[in-house]
Amino acid sequence: MSELILQNISKTFGSITALNDVSFTVNDNEFFVLLGPTGAGKSTTLRVICGLEKPDSGHVIFDGEMSDDLTPADRDVAIVFQQYSLYPTMSVYDNMAFPLRAPGRKVPEDQIRKSIEQAAEKLRITHLLTRKTVQLSGGEMQRVSIGRAIVRRPRVFLMDEPLSNLDAKLRESLRAELKHLQKVEGVTTLYVTHDQIEALTMADRIGVLNHGKLIQLGTPEDIYDRPANIFVAKLVGTPRINLLPVERQNGGWNITGLEININLAETNDLPESFMLGIRPEDVSLNPSGEYPGEIELSEPLGVETIVHIKSGTAEITCLAHGLVQLKHGDTVRFDINKNHLHYFDEQENRI
Amino acid sequence: MATIELKNVVKKFGEKYAVKPMNMTINDGEFVVLLGPSGCGKTTTLRMISGLETVSSGNIYLDGRDVTWAHPSNRDIAYVFQFYALYPHINVWQNIAFTLQAQSVKKEEIGKRVRDVAALLKIRHLLKRYPGGLSGGDQQRVALARALVRRPAAFLMDEPLGALDADFRETMRAEIKHLHITQKATTVYVTHDPIEAMAMGDRIVVMSDAAIQQIGTPAEVYHDPANLFAANFIGSPGMNLVKGHYHAGKINLPGGGIYTPSDIWKARIEKQVGDDQQVILGFRPEAARVVTQDQISAEVFLAEMNGSYMMLDLHLSDEVIVRIRTNRGSYSLGTKIHFDLDPQMVRFFNPTTEAALVME
Repeated sequence: MSELILQNISKTFGSITALNDVSFTVNDNEFFVLLGPTGAGKSTTLRVICGLEKPDSGHVIFDGEMSDDLTPADRDVAIVFQQYSLYPTMSVYDNMAFPLRAPGRKVPEDQIRKSIEQAAEKLRITHLLTRKTVQLSGGEMQRVSIGRAIVRRPRVFLMDEPLSNLDAKLRESLRAELKHLQKVEGVTTLYVTHDQIEALTMADRIGVLNHGKLIQLGTPEDIYDRPANIFVAKLVGTPRINLLPVERQNGGWNITGLEININLAETNDLPESFMLGIRPEDVSLNPSGEYPGEIELSEPLGVETIVHIKSGTAEITCLAHGLVQLKHGDTVRFDINKNHLHYFDEQENRI
Repeated sequence: MATIELKNVVKKFGEKYAVKPMNMTINDGEFVVLLGPSGCGKTTTLRMISGLETVSSGNIYLDGRDVTWAHPSNRDIAYVFQFYALYPHINVWQNIAFTLQAQSVKKEEIGKRVRDVAALLKIRHLLKRYPGGLSGGDQQRVALARALVRRPAAFLMDEPLGALDADFRETMRAEIKHLHITQKATTVYVTHDPIEAMAMGDRIVVMSDAAIQQIGTPAEVYHDPANLFAANFIGSPGMNLVKGHYHAGKINLPGGGIYTPSDIWKARIEKQVGDDQQVILGFRPEAARVVTQDQISAEVFLAEMNGSYMMLDLHLSDEVIVRIRTNRGSYSLGTKIHFDLDPQMVRFFNPTTEAALVME
């Protein structure tokens, strides 16, 4: 059982504000993902939680206990880094045993063996235990790093982009394994990434961080379906959401650049001009569709095809099902699913 | 403009094959992607085409001319690296103009070509800046401009998007492809990312273990992978591959499920593998459809929200996991669900040879 609370954390480095009044709670057993671009303050947050960095103000609370004065060692958190940082001269077994053999712990060797064997089985690295870590592949090394963190049974797991250095294929399989492991083991986990797919697929809840500020907090569905502002809308979802400036004209709404008027349902509450967000999967190709366009580029991905359409002076990205054979210059017609539109005001906030 | 031809090209490092005897032809104006995991020989192949690496045996032809032993500078090929390799102490304009100056092209001509290529890559506003101050994407645009300005016969690109953030990678992917559509220069592009390969290639060369596994258009390698490796490697995630036992027109799957192939497939299985034999059933995640009963049942191991859809990891048995793609919904761990398969999207493989059963 463990719960982690960050309360009004601020941290500056000289004139740079790294964290600006950040508060959130990672609940017991929760997989919480902190998502943001490079420089958002994700790693600083982790360092504050570990005790490697002292916040200017605010508190880190573990299970109701103020931890401001605890040393990193006394906080009982385990961290897995992007770079594996294993001891190259030691075997996998000794690497995993290392934290348990620390002077303060005095764990008996037979108990160490038991926990390592259990963790190794879960991570499917039993056959590697006697190997030296230099002989391992990247994916195997990251499994060992995770194993080393698991055997400690820390109250909170911190992970700093642990999959970033791996090949696409490996990343995908390890992602699923990690998520499943977390659910089965029930360890409270704070996972930091800049990869929105990792965040959506793994998280129970996501905190979106930008310029040291927490922008939105919610389930993957909340973040994807109701992004709080344009920044979040652009950050999650691939291909990226279409954003089109819209102005009121002659009682209708004109999508700037698009040759057509679009009749929007909830016209009453919308300002004179705003930004319209349309997810690419809400644009569909249809021979008798409402809007005309011309193909700029099509990118067949397999299960779907990203189609870049030019309509008037606007460029719209469509995610079409299956492998669609379209060439540069082909003319098409398309529809927009008006039940899933997103509106943003001039301050870029969701209306 | 050029065709590139490899005839029995081999590269050995000591006794170890980096590239086993390889034959392929890249047509004029074609965009060909060499795809495979690290260590499969794709970069070595690219380096041999460029002349940065010598061949152990075999021949390389550029537009019919044997360039096997030609110096890299005499091959009229431009190479774009993952790391941009720009000169930090000179500005963007000078970085782009550098190779032309070295070839003593006339000053006015250089000016014109740099301006043209900068306009094409939308980096005109950066010409006076130094590489150090540019974003990764802009640095790669400059590297591309430097390659383009030479107007080489062919382009070789070695994971040029590998060092960029996911977000940028997608934008640059579309830009490079668009550039190719407008310029039509013969391009060989190396990547380990199947998505990139699918999105960009006119044809994909799937490689592993120093050898070509399959050459085909994105649609061909996606729908009709030649073997288990290609089936698993292409697609994100790859094709589900489930070993079952074929007997009397039915396949018994792990966990007790039964799949009945179409008559055409039954005939192929019996002819190419035999009755009462193991066979591998292959299907893509989107080929499965969740139904209320019947067909194949499985237990939810993991449900991933992927934005517009869900990916379910399902346990057919303790050992066998398949991944299927479905509409957004709530699937909790351990729930039992049923699914059937789109008969058009089912493929079969021989477990011994690992090859796909062919459609005669």
